[in-house]
Amino acid sequence: MSKRISDEEYQKTLSFRFRQWLDGTRDPYLGNVEMKKQETFRESAQEKTEREKERRRLKEKVYDLENNLEVRIFNRFYKVFSVLFCIFLVAMLLVAVSDLPLHGKADNPVNNEVAERYIEKGMQETGAVNIVTGMILDYRAFDTLGESHVLFVATCTVLILLRSDRKGDKEEEENNDRIHEPKNDIILQTVAKILVPPIFIFGIYIILAGHLGPGGGFSGGAVIGAGLILYLNAFGFAKTEKFFTAKTYRRMSFCALACYSIAKSYSFYTGANHIESVIPLGTPGAILSSGLILILNICVGIVVAGTMYTFYVMFRKGNY
Amino acid sequence: MDSVQNFPFMSILISLFSGPLCSVLDGKWAKRVNTAVITIIGGLSAAVLVYVVRTGQAFVYRMGHFPAPWGNEIRVGVLEAFMAFFFCVIMLLCMVSGAREREEQIEDSKQNLYYVMVNLLLCSLLALIYTNDLFTAYVFVEINTISACGLIMIRQTGRTIEAAVRYMIMSLLGSGLLLLGICHLYAVTGQLLMSNIKEAVQMLAAGHQYHITLMVALGLMSVGLAIKSALYPFHAWLPDAYGYATLSSSAILSSLVSKGYIFLLIKIFYRVVGFELVMESKVANVLFVFGIIGMIMGSVNAIRTDNVKRMIAYSSVAQIGYIYMGLGLATEAGTVASIYHVMSHAATKSLLFVAAAGLTDASRGEAHFKDITGAAYRNKLAGVAFTVGSLAMVGMPMFSGFISKLFFAQAAVGHTHKMLPTFIALAISTVLNELYFMKTVIRIYTPVPEGVGRKVSIGEQPAKSAALVCFILLNLILGLNSDPIIRLIQGGLEMFD
Repeated sequence: MSKRISDEEYQKTLSFRFRQWLDGTRDPYLGNVEMKKQETFRESAQEKTEREKERRRLKEKVYDLENNLEVRIFNRFYKVFSVLFCIFLVAMLLVAVSDLPLHGKADNPVNNEVAERYIEKGMQETGAVNIVTGMILDYRAFDTLGESHVLFVATCTVLILLRSDRKGDKEEEENNDRIHEPKNDIILQTVAKILVPPIFIFGIYIILAGHLGPGGGFSGGAVIGAGLILYLNAFGFAKTEKFFTAKTYRRMSFCALACYSIAKSYSFYTGANHIESVIPLGTPGAILSSGLILILNICVGIVVAGTMYTFYVMFRKGNY
Repeated sequence: MDSVQNFPFMSILISLFSGPLCSVLDGKWAKRVNTAVITIIGGLSAAVLVYVVRTGQAFVYRMGHFPAPWGNEIRVGVLEAFMAFFFCVIMLLCMVSGAREREEQIEDSKQNLYYVMVNLLLCSLLALIYTNDLFTAYVFVEINTISACGLIMIRQTGRTIEAAVRYMIMSLLGSGLLLLGICHLYAVTGQLLMSNIKEAVQMLAAGHQYHITLMVALGLMSVGLAIKSALYPFHAWLPDAYGYATLSSSAILSSLVSKGYIFLLIKIFYRVVGFELVMESKVANVLFVFGIIGMIMGSVNAIRTDNVKRMIAYSSVAQIGYIYMGLGLATEAGTVASIYHVMSHAATKSLLFVAAAGLTDASRGEAHFKDITGAAYRNKLAGVAFTVGSLAMVGMPMFSGFISKLFFAQAAVGHTHKMLPTFIALAISTVLNELYFMKTVIRIYTPVPEGVGRKVSIGEQPAKSAALVCFILLNLILGLNSDPIIRLIQGGLEMFD
């Protein structure tokens, strides 16, 4: 026989809360999750007409519709010409595609000595079991070097466009959490607690195993970036800013890109001057193999993860 | 292998490395790094130029351990080295002359990002000039596009952001067409390296295979690059982007960014599809027609505008028209004239932008025509520089514009169909150029009562004055000493084969 406990104690137990939830007498989120109803958008007829009038007036002022013959003619012919132009372009490209060699035939021009060597000797020469990784990070590493800088320059452009250093709204930000995110969402937090570590580990695995199987810096970095964004959504900026700010991002991406540039400079220099590279290729299939590819994959992964996270933060908040 | 042969690869890597480096430095240090990088790369390019002229042969530099069709390659001839050197000189002058405007117009926390953009832009220009691989060219076209967009909108006003959005849309359309063209070419040749594509294309052309695909690919790549370099009907993004960006941005954009794409197009004509095929196709004629329309319409638009910076920007449209007209002639002489005009326009347009900034400095920062009246008396050096630039644009002897017009006319002589249109277009365009440039020169030399605007002495901004003097000298060198330059260009074009 179990001991009967007092009501007061009983109300603290899990079974009591479960029972309440089952009966529907209490909403567990009430009081725990901050909730605010969305205000419905109301507008009187007069406000509406005024708004529309203002918009028309602006448009007329900008384009000077009354006196601007060019714009009037342009507006009239724009739709017709755009349709005609699209039809022309589609027709032209269809004709061009029909002239292309059929996909997958053995004697196509693309199946030449270039692809042959990639497939037959790729593993020997680069040490990577994954031929695609061997191609992008060894045979054609210069392109990938440029490509990772595309990501970097894109982030810098987004920073130029969206970063704001206004300090005044800090207090309002703190009080009204709906400006940036809902706080204390228990469902999200619990799910994130369970999911974020595996996501990070999976991303790191994709990066580290890029030369052994499908994966690599770009895809693994994207996974880690997604994990960071999920973590940010669940726990808010206060937590992520402890370990990831704009400064961290810039330092990390500088280190990664500098490491990439220096490593590749070494291999370009030795390659062009016919000097034997001292970096061993290792046994294909081992984790520590394929020369520089593993390091380059890590660098690319860091840049991609940082880029994804920075894009998200910039579009949402504007500084971090 | 001589150690000089490493220099092109080094200059690309130095500028690439300095981009991320500037992002962790503060504005002041980023500026120093940027100046040092441009100077070093200019020196390296000059050394390469001397080396290539002395050996008289282009050399190929293997990027990595794998030979030609498998790995990447860069290729350096006289023309490439000369372009790299020239671009560095212009970029250095533009950066030096716009220093004060940058400090005023860019937020403090974003100063270093400006130098990130400039370094990566320089890197992409160098890579476009040197690369021997079509896909590498595409990757660096991307960097070029994005960083140019950043340069436009770093001065954050409504106008520049709108201009950047327009630039982005048009430029990405151009990139997309270029990529489609490269894909078509790859599907029928199976190669990405320029020399190998050319061999394969010549075999296909001899056997009359895949004719439609080759033509479509050529057309797509030409149109794509024409959009990116603002050939006439695709110029809508240009006046705002050049007119409202900060000074060094507009000077760099007008004199270097569009020229990088034109140089890539010339490389595609000569080193990828082969000039014989371009001559056979109708693509050259299309470029010729649009070039001529651009020459005239750009000038007409420039006459109608009432803002001196926008006027200079519209004049760029006309000058790009000249360059495409020269390419459209589809003769060796036409291309030589175009390349010469690329340089003459780069030197003159940046001079005009800097001089116009000097004039607006003396007129309470306003670029409206009625505000800059008499500004040449208030800022004497800028007035002289603007006059020199105008004379060069109009085509007065002694200045660079005269030589390029002369070469365009010479290139057209003897052309069965295109001689007359070229002459007529040159004549009309010269008259129109004269109309708007001389109008402005007369206006800035119209005396106004004392007390309007403020006086700017030569010593007030020594860097800008020095840059203006350098620009004027550069113009005179190009105009008075054109023979060796033309010989360099001709030698470089021969090395393309």
